[in-house]
Amino acid sequence: MTAVVVSGVTKVFNAGRADEVTALSDVDLTVGDGEFVSLIGPSGCGKSTLLRHIGDLLPPTRGSITVAGQPAARARLKQEYGIAFQQSGLFEWRTVQRNVELPLELRGMSRVDRQARAREMLELVGLSEFAGHYPAQLSGGMQQRVAIARALAVSPPLLLMDEPFGALDEMTRERLQSELLQICAKTRTSTVFVTHSISEAVFLSDRVVVMSPRPGRITTTVDVDLLSRDDSVRQSEKYFAAVTEVRQALRGGTQGRTATP
Amino acid sequence: MKAARTLGAVALGVLAFVVLWEGYKLVGNPDGTVILGVRILPRADDLSMPHLYDMAGRLTRPELAGGRPIWIVVLQAAAFTLGITAVGFAIGALVGLLLAVAMQRFRIVERGLLPYVILSQTVPLVALAPLVAGWSGNLRFGPYPWQDWMTVSVIAAYLAFFPVAVGMLRGLQSPPAAGVELMTSYAAGWWRTLLKLRLPASLPYLFPALRLAGAAAVVGAVVGEISTGTRGGIGRLIIEYSREATSDPAKVYTAMLGAAILGLVVAGLVGLLELPLMRHRRRVEVATL
Amino acid sequence: MRWLRTLAPPIVVGVLVVVVWELTVKLGRIAPFIVPAPSAIWRELVEQRANVWQAALASGLNALIGLIGGAAVGVLAAMAASRLRLLSEVSVPFAAVLNALPIIALAPILNNMFETTSSVPRRIVTGIIVFFPIFVNTLRGLHEVDPTHRELMQSYAAGGWTFARKVRLPGALPFVFTGLRQASSLAVIAAVVAEYFGGLQNGLGSRITSAASFTAYPRAWAFVVGACLLGLVFYLSTLLLERLAMPWKSRLIT
Repeated sequence: MTAVVVSGVTKVFNAGRADEVTALSDVDLTVGDGEFVSLIGPSGCGKSTLLRHIGDLLPPTRGSITVAGQPAARARLKQEYGIAFQQSGLFEWRTVQRNVELPLELRGMSRVDRQARAREMLELVGLSEFAGHYPAQLSGGMQQRVAIARALAVSPPLLLMDEPFGALDEMTRERLQSELLQICAKTRTSTVFVTHSISEAVFLSDRVVVMSPRPGRITTTVDVDLLSRDDSVRQSEKYFAAVTEVRQALRGGTQGRTATP
Repeated sequence: MKAARTLGAVALGVLAFVVLWEGYKLVGNPDGTVILGVRILPRADDLSMPHLYDMAGRLTRPELAGGRPIWIVVLQAAAFTLGITAVGFAIGALVGLLLAVAMQRFRIVERGLLPYVILSQTVPLVALAPLVAGWSGNLRFGPYPWQDWMTVSVIAAYLAFFPVAVGMLRGLQSPPAAGVELMTSYAAGWWRTLLKLRLPASLPYLFPALRLAGAAAVVGAVVGEISTGTRGGIGRLIIEYSREATSDPAKVYTAMLGAAILGLVVAGLVGLLELPLMRHRRRVEVATL
Repeated sequence: MRWLRTLAPPIVVGVLVVVVWELTVKLGRIAPFIVPAPSAIWRELVEQRANVWQAALASGLNALIGLIGGAAVGVLAAMAASRLRLLSEVSVPFAAVLNALPIIALAPILNNMFETTSSVPRRIVTGIIVFFPIFVNTLRGLHEVDPTHRELMQSYAAGGWTFARKVRLPGALPFVFTGLRQASSLAVIAAVVAEYFGGLQNGLGSRITSAASFTAYPRAWAFVVGACLLGLVFYLSTLLLERLAMPWKSRLIT
């Protein structure tokens, strides 16, 4: 079953006014079960907007989105996906464990069950010993791991991530990327991942979707076929080739426009 | 635009107050409401709660039989207190500013004095007013004998001092480290850094503090006048008129109105100060406690 | 070790001030109506400690009742105002204007509206003065919601009341306490000073004025010290309450 089907989605902001902008123009995208898809492109290309459409945080002007076989709105109401933002968005007044319990509370899970589940997720991200700490006591990287644990707490079939590692330093970022892949492999979650880092997109994804702005649309899709996804693959030939391909696709989008007379 | 909105809000509030006041007089028990032996709601009769139109009418009638209309008396008293408040505010603000600069310049001064400045806002130092009142008639300020109104100014200055000292200090400390490093790279000494970086950066913190200081100075002046028995000010008028409440209930409300106008005028004057200096700048309210 | 560094300068300053004060008064033969010597104040404080205690209890009770009443109304009003946009747009400028007025001057009127043996007027004046910092700060806290939190709760399809309970109210707590810190000090000041305007005279304010009128200045100053201690107790209690209610806060005053 396909996890996400985006069909002919167009999004226009401020329609009919002077500051009207077409954020997305006739976008089609499919994400298969267990697939890891990255959205990459320059600012204004609509990647974050597209992600929010999938999460039913924005309604499309035209077109439809299906998540796990249902309309996006129903999927949101049934908590069929977990989401992580660039700011970890942890509640500073709750302990780490209580933060992970948040979606479970909202689902009405019993206290015993959700405490067990939260501890399970914290162990998955390697933060079990910090369960009683407050977010302010954790580093940025650790806070993002908690956010990921929270996103996966309801075992959703789909994970949406909007540049979650963007605020972190390179070393932490690379480490979290490997961890994320391990977790996704274990939980078999499909993922849609927004980023503006080419190396990150290639390392993580089965498919890299390149977008360009004005109007926001998908220009190319690059299939990434790496045998293994450990740290050594960052030095391999296939990795560099894929990075080059994505880079050219990104350039190609802009070049194509400036070439018009 | 903001002024129009404030005006509208105040008008709405006044209207709501009028409705509540007269409404309570309509439905309230003339003897007040007593619960468990404690009178929770006030008496609604005309002696304790005069009608609002009675109060308005009282303004035009004379203070004493054959005297000037009361609104003139009240306004003059308010103006007198305004003068005292202004002197107190100016002194308090100036001292507060100087202390803030000293505290920014010398860490040791900040560490030694700031705790007292902050703590003095938590304790009722204005309670000293009756004690400072003993100064008048017994001290000399240079060639001039110390007068009552000077005591009141001192009290007003005292209350105005604290928010200015704290707010200004935070403002002087507000520039980011990068800004200070930039000035150092220009070999600008402490004084020039003060003039070109810290003072302009402190304005968004200073003006909300000045507004607080203005309101505090008014309270200090009114309480000071009552404690010293200073003639000619609105504080004295309030006490005098409240003593006549049984025979002339609406009188004391006219004095209240004078006090309210005084507070508004002071707030307005501080607001005027802001106008030329704070265009295009945001205001930062500092929790001075 | 580090907090010794923070405490040493103010303690040194305090001791120095008291010593200089004592010497100036004693050596300069300054009369007590100007300012009494610290030793005289201390003597009176010890001698009168029963009276100081009684008066402090009375004023403290007034302050506490006014504080609780004013704070409760302030928080409820802020919650109501944050729900109705129109109300909050109107109430904030109105509150700012009212805050500029000397509310303490309402005391004589309230004394007239209730009988002269009632404690209610002082408590009402205190409550009104306490209302404003609590109302303004709580309203600001309810309005400032982290946009990431908002999107997160939207992704959970969390309803309005759930959102308020789990995000807005806990998020507003630091702001409520900023207002409460100011309000607790204002409550003591209001409760003490309200007595200067007449009405029931059983608290610290009345003791200060009566001692002053008998020219017993060291005693009057002793009562002032009592009032300052009362203010400190209220302030420190609020800090303690803040620590207990918000265990995640590392620094209390930023």
